[in-house]
Amino acid sequence: MTISTSLGHLFPLTGAALVGLGLFGFISLRHPLRQLLAVNVIGAGIFLILGGLGRGEGVTDPYPQALVITGIVVSVALTAVGAAMITRLAEERRAAGTASDQPKDQGP
Amino acid sequence: MSPLDLLVAAPLAFMVASLVVGRGGRWLILAASPAMLALSAWLVALPPDAAHLVGDWELPLGILLRADGVARLLVPATSLCFVAVGLYAWHEFSPKSGRETARAHTFWPLLYLMWGGSNAGYLTTDLFNLYVTIEMVSLAAVAMAAMGSLAAGLQYFLIALVGSLAYLLGVALLAAHYDTVDATLLAIHARPDLPTLLAITVMTAGLLVKTALFPLHGWLPPAHAAAPAPASALLSAVVVKLGFVIILRLWFEAFAEVVRPAAMHLLGGMGALAILYGSIQAIRQERLKSLVAYSTVAQLGYLFLAFPLISNAPNPAEPWAAVLVHAVAHMLAKAAMFLAAGLMLKAVAGERISDLAGLARAMPLSVTAFALAAISLTGLPPSGGFTAKFLLLHAAIEQGSVVYAAVLVIGGLLGAVYLFRPLSVACSGSAAPVVKAEAPLRVAAPLALAALAVALGFAGMMLIELSSLSAPPAAAGPLPAEPGR
Amino acid sequence: MMTAVPLALVLLPLIPAIISFALPERLAGWRNAANLFVALIKVLIVADLLRQVRSGVDLEWRYTILPGHDFLLRVDTLALLFVSLSVFLWLVTTIYAIGYFGRGPNLARFFGFFNLCVLAATGVALSGTAVTFFLFYELLTLATWPLVVHNGDEKSLRAGRIYLAYTLAGSAAFLVGILWLKTLVGSIEFTAPPDLSAVPPLTLTLIFVLCVGGLGVKAALVPFHGWLPAAMAAPAPVSALLHAVAVVKAGAFGIVRMIYDVYGIGTVAELGLGPPLAALASFTILYGSLRAVMQTEIKKRLAYSTVSQVSYIVLGASLVGPFAVIGGLVHLVHQGIMKITLFLCAGALSNRLGIKAVADLDGAGRRMPVTMAAFSIGALGMIGVPPVAGFISKWYLGIGGLQSDASWVVAVLAGSSLLNAAYFLPMLYRAWLLPPPEQAAFRELGTASDRMLVLPAVVTAAASLAAGVFASSSFSPLTWAKLIAEMGYLK
Repeated sequence: MTISTSLGHLFPLTGAALVGLGLFGFISLRHPLRQLLAVNVIGAGIFLILGGLGRGEGVTDPYPQALVITGIVVSVALTAVGAAMITRLAEERRAAGTASDQPKDQGP
Repeated sequence: MSPLDLLVAAPLAFMVASLVVGRGGRWLILAASPAMLALSAWLVALPPDAAHLVGDWELPLGILLRADGVARLLVPATSLCFVAVGLYAWHEFSPKSGRETARAHTFWPLLYLMWGGSNAGYLTTDLFNLYVTIEMVSLAAVAMAAMGSLAAGLQYFLIALVGSLAYLLGVALLAAHYDTVDATLLAIHARPDLPTLLAITVMTAGLLVKTALFPLHGWLPPAHAAAPAPASALLSAVVVKLGFVIILRLWFEAFAEVVRPAAMHLLGGMGALAILYGSIQAIRQERLKSLVAYSTVAQLGYLFLAFPLISNAPNPAEPWAAVLVHAVAHMLAKAAMFLAAGLMLKAVAGERISDLAGLARAMPLSVTAFALAAISLTGLPPSGGFTAKFLLLHAAIEQGSVVYAAVLVIGGLLGAVYLFRPLSVACSGSAAPVVKAEAPLRVAAPLALAALAVALGFAGMMLIELSSLSAPPAAAGPLPAEPGR
Repeated sequence: MMTAVPLALVLLPLIPAIISFALPERLAGWRNAANLFVALIKVLIVADLLRQVRSGVDLEWRYTILPGHDFLLRVDTLALLFVSLSVFLWLVTTIYAIGYFGRGPNLARFFGFFNLCVLAATGVALSGTAVTFFLFYELLTLATWPLVVHNGDEKSLRAGRIYLAYTLAGSAAFLVGILWLKTLVGSIEFTAPPDLSAVPPLTLTLIFVLCVGGLGVKAALVPFHGWLPAAMAAPAPVSALLHAVAVVKAGAFGIVRMIYDVYGIGTVAELGLGPPLAALASFTILYGSLRAVMQTEIKKRLAYSTVSQVSYIVLGASLVGPFAVIGGLVHLVHQGIMKITLFLCAGALSNRLGIKAVADLDGAGRRMPVTMAAFSIGALGMIGVPPVAGFISKWYLGIGGLQSDASWVVAVLAGSSLLNAAYFLPMLYRAWLLPPPEQAAFRELGTASDRMLVLPAVVTAAASLAAGVFASSSFSPLTWAKLIAEMGYLK
């Protein structure tokens, strides 16, 4: 009983710590790949919170679990898109670097 | 089948079809346009309290699709934008050579994905389902932004991702706390306790990032200005509205009893600053598309400036209608403006405002479309933009909110300053530059959208009536009796 | 009586507007024909309306645009005064514009927006509620802007910017004023003035300042007059019809509506708002005339003269006595026909002889005698020489001033007339009595196009003369102004 209750708090607290860590990383890091990873850390934290809060005493609520699964699927797909974009950007920059010295498409 | 399902399912079916068809994908728009417009019309004509549970799963687990005033106004407007952009892009993204072919292949599935996602977003009341829809729309939006500038697209992507996750965190908190994430049920059960307030805060913050409300707007101008014209039109007109609609649902429906007036004024103040900052930045731009993008930053401010005006109003129905009419008018006018700008810039092969010299004679139809859109965006009568700003100004004066009233007036004047500048340049010069003749069909898209934005100004009563359908209690009010002696 | 006639009257110019925008340049003849035809039809409709309204028929068209805000077009005597002036001058100016431009660039655009301006001016006149008035007032701004920047050079673009800055700021102030008043007393309908007794006087005064200040921009009241001389960069037909008549009159007309139909004479007198406005109008009259004396360019001189003359209307309205009202209202028409004569002549001079500056006028009377004769009638009318129309206005205004215990008005009128003489008489002297620089032969009425350019001014000059000579006849502007005063304002 006590273990279960404390575990019930442990998951969300760990999740919150992960969210904070990820957010800090996202703000302080400049490289897009690192930022993408930081976002994944945030996502992991949120899923931990979502899953942990669903844990009842003895019985587990399937509803948050279902939400977590959907969330993870979306997150994986988006990470893949992000990674692809970063790769493409790197290729483009390299190609542009050989032709001219400045990377193009730099926003203001 | 209900049109509520079909409005989501049909675009997704078209997305799959366009992936399958590949090269000829652009032809599908000719089938999608009438189909989606018919569905939108059907939605508007549904009986007042029409709603539908997907797959007949009961709440709290099921997903409720509902034809409320918000959906009845925004779904048709969105469809009109997509149709116009689609017909415009039909020419722009025809497979020609190398890179163009790749773009032509990717554009169409993205368009349909965004279409289905935004429709689902307007119709659903389930907050987790809304998370899925904003991700669908964001994904398509990021890919479209990346068609113009990968760097800007990537920046947008990462920021949008953080925004979605913040929103998801809030949904997680609510799910754990109330065992439901349906807005209509939350409206009954919501309590002003810490988890709820925390959830509202993170969800709102995440959505504000996606909606690019000042000071969280940084990603918008580069992404919107760099994308190809049809993509910019969709990004500025449609994508940013979804986050706003969800905030509207959270603040006035799910948590109407929980949100404090001070919070309303915080959003209103951010909106006011957005109007002033966006307008001043727009005045300072040298490139046409940046100007239009900053105008979006400014116009989004009006959507949030309305929040305190709705919550304080003796008759909230009017500012509530105003904010929805503004969303619709901005959609139509901004899409028209980006499309017209795209045509003009392509014709002169430049991107600066000064390149437009003499275009009023060389491309009268495009300039007319731009001008009509500018009239609605500035809020000059008669236009949808005017109706919205008129009602907001009326509400602000009625409530004695001097600051909001002043911002509304100054915002309108600044709008005139930045939007008449390109028009003025277009009217300059005695000799018309030699440009390729406008293809009438391509000009028709922005012209029709802009004319609609202006025509909305004559349909004020109808729009107010539509917007009041199944409006949340916080935004419903007795309409004053028909005047007349 | 609910009828679509007012709506049709307002929307009629849409037909030639659309035709003008749509027709290619090579079909310019059809475009001109359509413009003239519709202008003529409108004159006929207005003539019929004059007859109906005189017999006491009440025509209106109502449509609810927003809850509590009606779109109302109503044909009343005051509205018809402005409408008949604008349709008559529209016809004249259309003929003139065809002769003036011949076949130049951007003409489709010009005639299109020209018609939209007339639509807006008619709407301003027929508006039955403050909101309707605002809609058309703003539309007038929008439709005039493309005409101001018509030439497309740096000077016109600058004029366009100045024009927008002034007029949009003015209408924003007006909008805030009427919305404020609306939230306090409900819908503002001109036929049924709102009950203002419950509103604190200070608030009423503030709203009055906002509204009249906003309207004063278009009426070119000092210090809001700056746009008018700048707008002279526009082509002559624009300066003639719009800046001498439609736009400035819309402002003056709005002020008349505010004083008589929204606040009512009683409230204005109670709040003590009349004398300050009269003082401002008087100052504008003198200041405008003084600036006109200093101008060396003909159109600029006429522009400052407009600044001065339009304030006669405001002066008449703000004195709130019966004769002053009549003087102000009749000047709405008289100033219109006299000033348009001057502008039409100035345009003809610059178009055919290249005369733009006062100093170039030497001997112009010998080269274009018909034009200069018309110009002279207009100028003498402005000075107030009987029997030209301007004399009637000044006479009634002077008596009105004495009636309202404001005898200083007579001094203002006298001073203004002297200044008018000081800037008009030298022009006439140069034109008639000095020899032309070189004797280039010039046939004034040689071609059809020349005749279209010159004869409109003759018509308006004749009209100004007739309005003065036959002032007591039953169809003169003066009689109509008296009718308005009897039917509406001096109950």
